[in-house]
Amino acid sequence: MITGVIAVVLLLAVAAYACAGGTDYGAGFWDLTAGGAERGKRPRWLIDHAMAPVWEVNNVWLIFVLVIMWTGFPRFFQQVFTAMWLPLALAAVGIVLRGAGFALRKAARRLAGRRLYGAAFAVSSLLTPFFFGAAVGGVASGRVSQGTEASADAWANPTSVLFGLLAVATTALLGAVFLASDARRFAAPDLEGYFRRRALGALAVVAVLAVITLIVTHGDAPHVWHGLTHGAGLVFVILAAVATAATAWSLIRRSGTWSRIASVGVVASAVVAWGLAQRPYLIPTSLTVAEGAGAETTLRWLGVVTLVSILLVFPAVALLYWLDTHGELESLTDADLRRGGAGDEG
Amino acid sequence: MAEVPAQTLPARSLMAFTLASHIILVPLGVALPLITLIMHGYGLRRGDATALLLARRWSAVMAVQFAIGVVTGTVLSFEFGLLWPGLMGRWGDVFGIGFGVEAWAFFLESVLIAIYLYGWRRLPPRTHFLLGLPLPAVALLGAFGILAANSWMNTPRGFSLDAAGNPVDVRIWKAIFTPMFGPQYWHFVVAMLVTAGYVVAGVYAVGWLRGRRDRYHRLGFTVPFTVAAVFTPVQFVLGDAIARQVFQKQPVKFAAMEIVWETDTHVPEYLFGRLHPDGSISGGIRIPQLDSILAGFSPDTKVTGLTSVPASDRPTATQATIAHWAFDIMVGIGSVLALLALWYAVVWLRRRRLPASPWFYRCAAVAGVASVVAVECGWITTEVGRQPWIVYGNMRVAEAVTSTRAGSLWIMFGLIVLVYVLVFAAFLVVLLRMRTRWRLADTADGTAAEAPETDTPYGPRSAALAKGAPGTRGADDAPPGGGRP
Repeated sequence: MITGVIAVVLLLAVAAYACAGGTDYGAGFWDLTAGGAERGKRPRWLIDHAMAPVWEVNNVWLIFVLVIMWTGFPRFFQQVFTAMWLPLALAAVGIVLRGAGFALRKAARRLAGRRLYGAAFAVSSLLTPFFFGAAVGGVASGRVSQGTEASADAWANPTSVLFGLLAVATTALLGAVFLASDARRFAAPDLEGYFRRRALGALAVVAVLAVITLIVTHGDAPHVWHGLTHGAGLVFVILAAVATAATAWSLIRRSGTWSRIASVGVVASAVVAWGLAQRPYLIPTSLTVAEGAGAETTLRWLGVVTLVSILLVFPAVALLYWLDTHGELESLTDADLRRGGAGDEG
Repeated sequence: MAEVPAQTLPARSLMAFTLASHIILVPLGVALPLITLIMHGYGLRRGDATALLLARRWSAVMAVQFAIGVVTGTVLSFEFGLLWPGLMGRWGDVFGIGFGVEAWAFFLESVLIAIYLYGWRRLPPRTHFLLGLPLPAVALLGAFGILAANSWMNTPRGFSLDAAGNPVDVRIWKAIFTPMFGPQYWHFVVAMLVTAGYVVAGVYAVGWLRGRRDRYHRLGFTVPFTVAAVFTPVQFVLGDAIARQVFQKQPVKFAAMEIVWETDTHVPEYLFGRLHPDGSISGGIRIPQLDSILAGFSPDTKVTGLTSVPASDRPTATQATIAHWAFDIMVGIGSVLALLALWYAVVWLRRRRLPASPWFYRCAAVAGVASVVAVECGWITTEVGRQPWIVYGNMRVAEAVTSTRAGSLWIMFGLIVLVYVLVFAAFLVVLLRMRTRWRLADTADGTAAEAPETDTPYGPRSAALAKGAPGTRGADDAPPGGGRP
């Protein structure tokens, strides 16, 4: 019972990271495609401005996913990290480059420096989600099992590649949707249109890739395919399809709030559908949730820790997002940092 | 030890490198919020613009530091899986709960830090300060989680082993509150406060030595230095207590730290020196009887030697020498810092002012770097002294290491070193450039009214946003001039 609860917590944490982190990576994707220094100036300005207060929070979700994995399902963690060594190592390197690039770009003054950090930030925004997606694809297609050594086959296969591409496409979708409504918040109507067009394009790519993925998994990952086309998994697949239509509709109707909700709905339903399709396995078809679970006491305490933290963290996160979307959070400028007091001699 | 796989060296080097880098950022992450909030509170209470300016600038440093810390911290959690899958697979559910606490605390910290950093302009002063106030507590909670996990690796318990040697019957409370937890935790927390205090104060000590003796520099020096100086003697007592705990709970580690070869009474203390595989010691300063006295307050105290366990269960002579040197350097730095704190206290109590001697400021300027070195040494002592165990007495490092080829690990190591060197160099450049900008601003137009809210630390945002948004009219969803009380 508690094992199932923690498995659901893990799945929800993955979904949260896919949505929050995804939005963040998506902003990097559009940074990469924004064009030269002059042409891309305004989109990049918006990306910097909109992401700054929340990007760290968005990325902390990943740490939860890892912690819940190794505390709740230690054997699963061990097998995944052994078999998926290369993509996960590359994702880790991507995370360093990306975080450092984003954090340091703001502080860099010269164009050359900004270009270098910007490039590091943008390229790794593309690679990191791809490798995460590839690792998930390897798990979904059952290519990881007890004693699987690190090998290219585990992540360089049709399902993995498609999952990787799908991950990149969904981050692009989320990024564009959120930036479009940020543009409205920052009173930049031209950028709103700019990102809305890109959001619609990304949505189309996501839809096409999703259909191809479904076809490919039929042969390549039969257990997951069966789960996606039957029962609870199917419900969430349908939900994801409905959310896709809703996203398209609200983007065309220019409803910022609804397009945000709908696009998050697409990604969250897709992740949940994948998780439910894997039931009762953590790794189809070699490691079940029950087999991979850690000690029951630990799981119970993990549940308690999660509950307590939800009570503490949710109000804080809600406050942060509320303050952020109401324009209450603004970074200090140099002018602020030199104001007053400095001149008085003691 | 022929059975050590080839992966162990690169894996261990990579882990050591990433941890040693991350640990430089930890004091600022754990203790800088506290120091900043003290300054912030002081500024609000006294209406002191200089104090508020310092607090604002420190929070800008905090922003860059925290961003880099998030990144290096994430890399560490990946490395648990990439480098030590054996450790996590077998023991993850026994000691992982500490990380669970840490992860949530860290999440809360990143939320609160975001609100604090980006709230200066728009939030009412009191609300802004109060929202920042939980930060130090959350940082302590995060440290709790990490230290619970590390101290468990030193004195593991809270489980039984089944016939196959796998842990069963996990008892969480026992696994969190292990014998080494208390000593390690308090020693660590105080080390972070002391280090952050000396690092920040050191910056202003340098300014003082270069002739910048305005109130800005005096305040910037006094507040962090006082925090550090108050905690330095506390750390001295805690450090002594933890060494004695190691003597009780991990006698072989203690033997390595003090390079004691044979179990004996009346054991001499060596300052530095080098242990050879045959048990002889070359170099160093030998003080008769002192080790026994320090360990148990009497020369008759029996100190366990390295030879009390088989060679495969204890650190090698080289490892013992490393742990010993790291330990001695840490204790040495701690002692000198205690003298510095004493100097400060004596002058303050007798004359009610800061010491005037330039030597005091020279020492204070070095204290920041020295305390970072001490932190690194403390970490080396505890990690190297534990060898060859990753879980003391239960699992060797060699059993936990990944099966990925050593070559791949070396490539990853090279890549990470390269990236980290770039990241940390850029981090330093950014800090130095911020400092230069501020200094130029202070000398050039410190009194010039540049922003509309020059007179108050808080205020509306309208003008600056227009400046930040190229080509827009910079409108905002707040009413124009919507200043707060």
